[in-house]
Amino acid sequence: MTIDLTDTTTSAIDRALTEARRRLGGMALGMVLTLIVVTDEEGQYDAIRAANQAATEHPCRILTVITRRPKADSRLDAEIRVGEASPGETIVLRMYGTLGQHADSVAAPLLVPDVPVVTWWPESAPEVPAANPLGALAQRRVTDSAAAEVPDLVLANLARAYQPGDTDFAWTRATPWRSLLAATLDQAHPQLESGEVQAEQDNPTADLIAAWLGLRLALPVTRTVSSGPGVTGVTFTTSDGDITVSRHDGRTATLTWPGRPDRMVALHRRDTAELLAEELRRLDPDEVYAETLACLAAPDCPPAEPLRLDDV
Amino acid sequence: MTMPNAGTRGPAPANPGVIASADEPANPLRDPRDRRIPRVAGPCVMVMFGVTGDLARKKLMPALYDLANRGLLPPGFSLVGFARRDWEHQDFAQVTYESVKEHARTPFRDTVWQQLSEGVRFVPGEFDDDSAFDRLAETVHQLDRERGTGGNYAFYLSIPPRFFPVVVQQLKRSGLSDPGPPDPETGRTSWRRVVIEKPFGHDLESAKELNAIVDAVFPAHSVFRIDHYLGKETVQNILALRFANTLYEPIWNRGYVDHVQITMSEDIGIGGRAGYYDGIGAARDVIQNHLLQLLALTAMEEPVSFDADSLRQEKEKILSAVRLPADLAAGTARGQYAAGWQGGRQVGGYLEEDAIPPDSRTETYAAVRLSVDTRRWAGVPFYLRTGKRLTRRMTEIALLFQRAPHLPFAATDTKELGKNALVIRIQPDEGVTVRFGSKVPGSAMEVRDVNMDFAYGESFTESSPEAYERLILDVLIGDPPLFPRQEEVELSWRILDPIEHFWSENTKPEQYPAGSQGPASADAMMARDGRAWRRL
Repeated sequence: MTIDLTDTTTSAIDRALTEARRRLGGMALGMVLTLIVVTDEEGQYDAIRAANQAATEHPCRILTVITRRPKADSRLDAEIRVGEASPGETIVLRMYGTLGQHADSVAAPLLVPDVPVVTWWPESAPEVPAANPLGALAQRRVTDSAAAEVPDLVLANLARAYQPGDTDFAWTRATPWRSLLAATLDQAHPQLESGEVQAEQDNPTADLIAAWLGLRLALPVTRTVSSGPGVTGVTFTTSDGDITVSRHDGRTATLTWPGRPDRMVALHRRDTAELLAEELRRLDPDEVYAETLACLAAPDCPPAEPLRLDDV
Repeated sequence: MTMPNAGTRGPAPANPGVIASADEPANPLRDPRDRRIPRVAGPCVMVMFGVTGDLARKKLMPALYDLANRGLLPPGFSLVGFARRDWEHQDFAQVTYESVKEHARTPFRDTVWQQLSEGVRFVPGEFDDDSAFDRLAETVHQLDRERGTGGNYAFYLSIPPRFFPVVVQQLKRSGLSDPGPPDPETGRTSWRRVVIEKPFGHDLESAKELNAIVDAVFPAHSVFRIDHYLGKETVQNILALRFANTLYEPIWNRGYVDHVQITMSEDIGIGGRAGYYDGIGAARDVIQNHLLQLLALTAMEEPVSFDADSLRQEKEKILSAVRLPADLAAGTARGQYAAGWQGGRQVGGYLEEDAIPPDSRTETYAAVRLSVDTRRWAGVPFYLRTGKRLTRRMTEIALLFQRAPHLPFAATDTKELGKNALVIRIQPDEGVTVRFGSKVPGSAMEVRDVNMDFAYGESFTESSPEAYERLILDVLIGDPPLFPRQEEVELSWRILDPIEHFWSENTKPEQYPAGSQGPASADAMMARDGRAWRRL
């Protein structure tokens, strides 16, 4: 059911939630987290849809924060949806006037007790996510640098602002690639000499993969531009010839290995809901992301020696 | 072994870096802190015997597709089917396609299927036909060359155990079971693994024979016995519940627990399994494997780590401490379903099923009271029951706690208060229920039982991996904690054999109406101990 509350307060929202829960019969008690989605009217539909899908894996209370008309009188409108698209609860909060600058005062009383809080900015990331009032409520802050006009700048900015618990969808998108590359190098392979990551022009995921490979393997890894879609390939130059993983259709990758038959493997691009579900799976700081991001921003990265596990 | 993360309820988090063994150089791309990278199997071929069976069509092939879809199968992974059918590769691919389309849990993607189907082969033949196995060997060697599967083979024997001797011998004769010398260049040896399904024999004797047959060709560490219950998230969650928390362990003993009930009830009859089921019965079919494994996980001490050896050792210790009731007549019960109404349908009795002899003494319901002779469990009975055509389908482990030694309420206030209970629901509706007394709202003091519920799987079915998916992945990776060892199988038969012997000599299964809670003798068995079964 959907409950609309105009010009309301958090305690009225809380009452309405309790009432709705009672009427629907004890549902939504097993919520594992609160997800704060910071978006605008244009982005809210897609964001809530993705959040609802992710909530089937991680039942949660979704607080969607939309700020409107900063010059208007302060007002809070709420739309509560329970027992519909997801096993949890969705609350769309529209904040008018100066209230928009104090969104945390609305979100904080509505957090589910005891369970973790995740804040997600599907579109524009704040300068310093951890210092943002809604970000400060959360132990996990999810941004998406690829949504920005100039992703490189945003990523560099996120590197400077990094606090444990930050993460970015550009890194999440890298997971299938990283997993395939790790599986590739599980096999005995000739000495690697250098690497190359090919992708579209503005693709922070490719930048992160290149930095990660450089950091881990202590190789010079170059980043070249292709026509996409997304990341189209990774090549390792070896003494025996090139080992290449290429993907030109955004769906299936081909592994080319000198002296061996080509092998195909599924490597499809994932939608927002899948990315979000991956982010919600682990809520502790992602140290590998932190190191990779720092490496991307540092001038003297990659290091000359491969990163050894006992060093870290 | 990885534990499901109860806080986030996703699929069990990936456990990176387990592939490289100690003597292989570490892969710098794998970092134990990098939890996003999942475990992916290395290059390999799976050879499946019995591909026309129900299990292969409904579970195994869809599970392989789901693994591929999640990106957990290696590039070039290939599947070879072997059966007595006049099929070409395409026919088998078509059968696989249909079973995947119908039964896979992840969305169907053409590209994933394309990639998987390129590695699908079929070899027709009889199990005793040497040339068929030579063709099989040729097919997998060809796959090694064409698809770079590296000479690693997993043999899935989804066939009745009576065919094991001939198939295993054929694998040896054709050279398929021999991993050969290590690769001169890399020094690595390819692997062979064999997967077998229950029943692991029908008594201790036959289990040993069966093991000897497989053991003669495959070393013990390469034999994976699948008990699909152990692949279920909730079953693995028993370990998380017990050993990751402080709340339960202090009361997980005879000081607090009154008794334990482990139940697996089914609402269906034997269906098309008459040939297998008659002469086997409920106890051998379910208690010997599933229920005793659940008992072991519930009762065992904390393993020093979750590696395969430590976990299996603890399970074996408990199984070796299980004792039978002194009077088997009073401590066991068995029944056979008669005609009746089940779930709104009129159904026939066991003796009226097709191909069942009218004088069959096979039980379709079995209940036993076991005790575990350890300091932790002395005097705490474990009641195990299983049956077909019961009220509903349900598997659970229930710990029932002792009543409070003193109740400072008027007797009438607590009339409706039962024993506190902790119930681990395994299927359907996976989760954990805690049952405790609570005040009924109102001006009078009245205490009644209420439930506190943790739901595990109901809305999350699309993401939590199916038991077979997890187990097949573990086979391909070579991660054995979730597979029972031969010792466990033998210990379980040691528990069950005397009961079966007693039954065959002394009793005839008591008839119980289909759709009921089981035979009256099972209720009487509980009543003698002053207890009652939980309602199904």
